[in-house]
Amino acid sequence: MIKDKLIVAKKVFNSRLIVGTGKYKNMLECAKAIKLSGAEIVTVAVRRVNISDKKKPLLMDYIDPKKITYLPNTAGCFNSDEALRTLRLAREIGGWKLVKLEVLGDKKNLFPDIIETLKSTEVLTKEGFKVMVYCNDDPLMAKRLENVGACAIMPLAAPIGSGLGIQNSTNIKIIRSQTKLPLIIDAGLGQASDAAIAMELGCDGVLANTAIAKAKKPFQMALAFKNGVIAGRQSFLAGRIEKSLYGSASSPTTGII
Amino acid sequence: MKKIKKIKIKLNGKFSTINENLSLLIFLKKLKIPLKKVAIELNQEIIDKNKISRIKLKKNDKVEVVHFIGGG
Repeated sequence: MIKDKLIVAKKVFNSRLIVGTGKYKNMLECAKAIKLSGAEIVTVAVRRVNISDKKKPLLMDYIDPKKITYLPNTAGCFNSDEALRTLRLAREIGGWKLVKLEVLGDKKNLFPDIIETLKSTEVLTKEGFKVMVYCNDDPLMAKRLENVGACAIMPLAAPIGSGLGIQNSTNIKIIRSQTKLPLIIDAGLGQASDAAIAMELGCDGVLANTAIAKAKKPFQMALAFKNGVIAGRQSFLAGRIEKSLYGSASSPTTGII
Repeated sequence: MKKIKKIKIKLNGKFSTINENLSLLIFLKKLKIPLKKVAIELNQEIIDKNKISRIKLKKNDKVEVVHFIGGG
């Protein structure tokens, strides 16, 4: 088997699945699901320390940042200033430079505000951050994000947490054909087959959170996503057959009794 | 003996009454904040954690202490 790794900002990963750490019942469930998913990168949020309840479990006590790459995310930020502040703080916590930028524009559909996203990507790149960028599935904007220094393009499949799966595979294919940057489907996946489809479109990876954390059996879904990503990637590399309008018999037509 | 003056500051959006000239380091240590796992802002400026012993808190200072939590 040829070595097939995910490379983001010169960092090499065996797994092409990135998972979020939100929405789990508790830290223990989150840590176990991550382990089963095989993910080597997890997204994390930056929030105020709970001063009054110091017994609240800390993420770092359950998921070791030395073993799993933390990808600080700006989820919940609605403008460039908030996103920049969040990621500068994230870097201060422990020197994280690989980050996920997510600047939201609408509270209901959680679509990205792409103008603010573009502005932030440029500033962060100049400050030395390696920015993986959540964006919509617009090939023109994906190109512009690449031009200002994004280290990975992360178009949505559908609204965050919606579970709808890839809504515009044509645009994803166009983005794939125009960029050599890691292309990672972020947001909106609902089940393992959605991850497989993303990989079959030629994406380099997928990010899933709600689909795993809110599945009836999160551990089983974590494993399903792991296998879905592997299956989809292998299928892409194997090269599918041409589609045909007509049938083509699998058994020889000679020697029929 | 000179009475120590009390001042009000804001920590993570909530008022806190402390002794004037208390260092940021002592303040956070008293609250048992795990300094290695957090980032600190003072009046919207990120503070180098190595220098917090030298910073004395003043009236109306706004301190933010953040860390990583689960998120998507």
